Amino acid sequence: MRPQTEAELADIIAGRNAPLWVAGGGTRIAPPTGAEMLDTSDLCGIRLYDPGALTLVAGAGTPLAQIEATLAAETQRLAFDPPVLGPLMGRAGTSTIGGVVATNASGPSRVQTGACRDALIGVRFIDGHGAAIKNGGRVMKNVTGYDLVKLMAGSHGRLGVLTEVSFKLLPAPEQVAVLRLDIRNDAQAVTAMAAALGSPYEVTGAAHWPGLGTFLRVEGFEVQVATRLRGLRALVGGDLDDDPSRFAAIRDVAPFVDQSGDIWRLSVRPSDAPDLVARAGAEGVLYDWGGGLIWLRMAPGTDLRHRLGTFAGHATLVRGMASETVPRFHPEGAAIATLTNGIRRQFDPRGIFNPDLV
Amino acid sequence: MDMPIPNAGILANRARIHARLAAVLPEDALITEHEELRAYECDALTAYRCPPLAATLPRTTQEVSAILRICHEEGVPVVPRGAGTSLAGGSLPTADAVLVGVARMNKVLEIDTANRFIRVEGGRTNLSVTGAVEELGFFYAPDPSSQLACAISGNIGMNSGGAHCLKYGVTTNNLLGVKLVLMDGTVVDLGGPYSDAGGLDLLGVVCGAEGQLGIVTEATLRILPKPEGARPVLIGFDTNEVAGACVSDIIKAGILPVAIEFMDRPCIEATEAFAKAGYPECESLLIIEVEGSREEIDAQLSMIAKIAQRHNPVELRESRSEAESARIWLGRKSAFGAMGYISDYMCLDGTIPVSSLAFVLRRIRELSDDFGLRVANVFHAGDGNMHPLILYDANTPGDLERCEALGAEILKLCVEVGGCLSGEHGVGVEKRDLMNVQFAPQDLEAQMRVKDVFDPGWLLNPAKIFPLPATAARRAMDPTAAPAVA
Repeated sequence: MRPQTEAELADIIAGRNAPLWVAGGGTRIAPPTGAEMLDTSDLCGIRLYDPGALTLVAGAGTPLAQIEATLAAETQRLAFDPPVLGPLMGRAGTSTIGGVVATNASGPSRVQTGACRDALIGVRFIDGHGAAIKNGGRVMKNVTGYDLVKLMAGSHGRLGVLTEVSFKLLPAPEQVAVLRLDIRNDAQAVTAMAAALGSPYEVTGAAHWPGLGTFLRVEGFEVQVATRLRGLRALVGGDLDDDPSRFAAIRDVAPFVDQSGDIWRLSVRPSDAPDLVARAGAEGVLYDWGGGLIWLRMAPGTDLRHRLGTFAGHATLVRGMASETVPRFHPEGAAIATLTNGIRRQFDPRGIFNPDLV
Repeated sequence: MDMPIPNAGILANRARIHARLAAVLPEDALITEHEELRAYECDALTAYRCPPLAATLPRTTQEVSAILRICHEEGVPVVPRGAGTSLAGGSLPTADAVLVGVARMNKVLEIDTANRFIRVEGGRTNLSVTGAVEELGFFYAPDPSSQLACAISGNIGMNSGGAHCLKYGVTTNNLLGVKLVLMDGTVVDLGGPYSDAGGLDLLGVVCGAEGQLGIVTEATLRILPKPEGARPVLIGFDTNEVAGACVSDIIKAGILPVAIEFMDRPCIEATEAFAKAGYPECESLLIIEVEGSREEIDAQLSMIAKIAQRHNPVELRESRSEAESARIWLGRKSAFGAMGYISDYMCLDGTIPVSSLAFVLRRIRELSDDFGLRVANVFHAGDGNMHPLILYDANTPGDLERCEALGAEILKLCVEVGGCLSGEHGVGVEKRDLMNVQFAPQDLEAQMRVKDVFDPGWLLNPAKIFPLPATAARRAMDPTAAPAVA
């Protein structure tokens, strides 16, 4: 099914009694075999772009690349550096902005400028009753009623089908520079990244790529980049990195592309990261967000959560076969699961949206 | 503004409810005497008052849980309260409600600079969060103007903002986790010292739900390294149009100031008479502040000056020292006090797209003439959050009603141009009856369905946010018999 308008989509949902797999551009989690697909790619187009107000409104099916090109023409950008995970996932599609929002996909700059959910200021969606719901809007300060915008970000299409999304934007920097620190030890890397992120130099990327080193990114006008680099080098050392695509590679988890195994994504307290990694016994490791985000490549079928035990944060099986014992999303405590399931039932009473995801 | 008729059954059970609360609380944590309850009859929206059935001042999460469990069993509404600074009546009680004030829960529980967070109890004041980490070189970014008094739990309830949101965002962007007591007494931890939710972002919807989903007793907050320095520039213009165009050009040039404040002529004149900050005589005035090292500040201020010069400013005054910075900020920081000195006023809080600035100010002037009430505008121009101040005389019969009617027209105007009713104060009871202007019935229904899950009996802060007719059926249910939706 491929609705042409929001109204047509609402009719489809209102009359639907069987599961649907809501698909954006088909670059992230793959649908189960035989699933009935709902293709949102015709709900597309940039509806409003106001560079002087740092605001963009676009149809959910709009390709991410189209949005990024439009913003770049005005020297602006999305604030959250969205990863393009198609190659990692082994999928050939074209990432859409709706898919980015539904997975709350946020790149290395999350440490400075926030996640997708922080830049998202408005949504329209069709809920499981077939009603068109609006929440938030096109202004960046808005506390009028409940913030369903946050609830929709990262909900993986399970509460409704996004039709339109609005963002607060940022100016694109005049210059970007990356420092490489020659650090071999994970714990030392996390300590150095914490020092950098705790400095006033507005670090917009702090990652550790075992074997290659620790990388710190600064951005801004020429004078800002120069003074920030100077300050950072005095604090943690390092030399200018010569690869201009370093942080794009980190963002898109390039070291694991075309590598076999399950891919896990952990959100943790940064200082816990080295110990967790030591416990994981992974085949590959990449630290982003100063250690707060860990990408792991594991032997297929590993119950990573069992190996790690209890920790502050959560682990998601991004690529690989989920099962009863190894579910894709981190199991929630009973009280929170009651709330989550209650909200799902309220928004999708007939269990239409992506029921096989969990 | 109407409030629901108090439940006669609850009022009749007053003594039993008091006794049950007394059994789980220390003596000094329960207030039942009418005279003492008057201290809790309103928040900073003082036009509306009603003492609650009882006021409780718990010191622990366990006590909050015990209070809510009893109220849940008795079917008694609960009104949460931080420091009582809400301008929207977010903690206005009803006569049949138990008020739960968290102000005594003000401890710092954990400071972790390596992972850049602080964990505090919900009653801790906003400014004292920064106070706890300042010497370590950090600060907590959201800075509502009541920050000396307002409590973190209240900030979370209202998703409070401040003057520096363009760069640092509002409360929800700086909140990592909460300990939340649900209406039935269940205690849940949402989020924590890590980024983003693993499942649905419940924390995101709790923040800004005005205490209707649970009571926040602890919060984990993001702290940021203090910038090396900050300095403002003051620029005066002949027209609001030109000031608006200048703001837009600065943003388009890729500069992200930490604050862009705007004042119009009535506001400039009133503050000048009061604070004598030496502001120029002009139609509109911008105060733009940038951060960084000395060189970074100099470079950004000179870029801003170059852009501003293209718009023929009446005056352009770049701060060169701390004393000059203080003088530039003096008038802006005295604006509300200055208004209070010359008149009673009502402070609005709509947000508009920045590009509509000049149009909206022109319409406000026309409305002001129509209603015969003066309006002064002070405004976070970077993020479009307006604070029109309507001047009126509380002693003139009918003036408050006229003022409220003008306020409603201005907020409708904000919605018409693509903005919203509230940028940072919240809806409370103040804007509750305007929600239909911004939202269609199904939009409100979707929001109310979230409350059905967290609080099926609609006991937590029930008469806020949503228009009373929209919630009547839900509030009329027997709360003790409400089915668990989950």
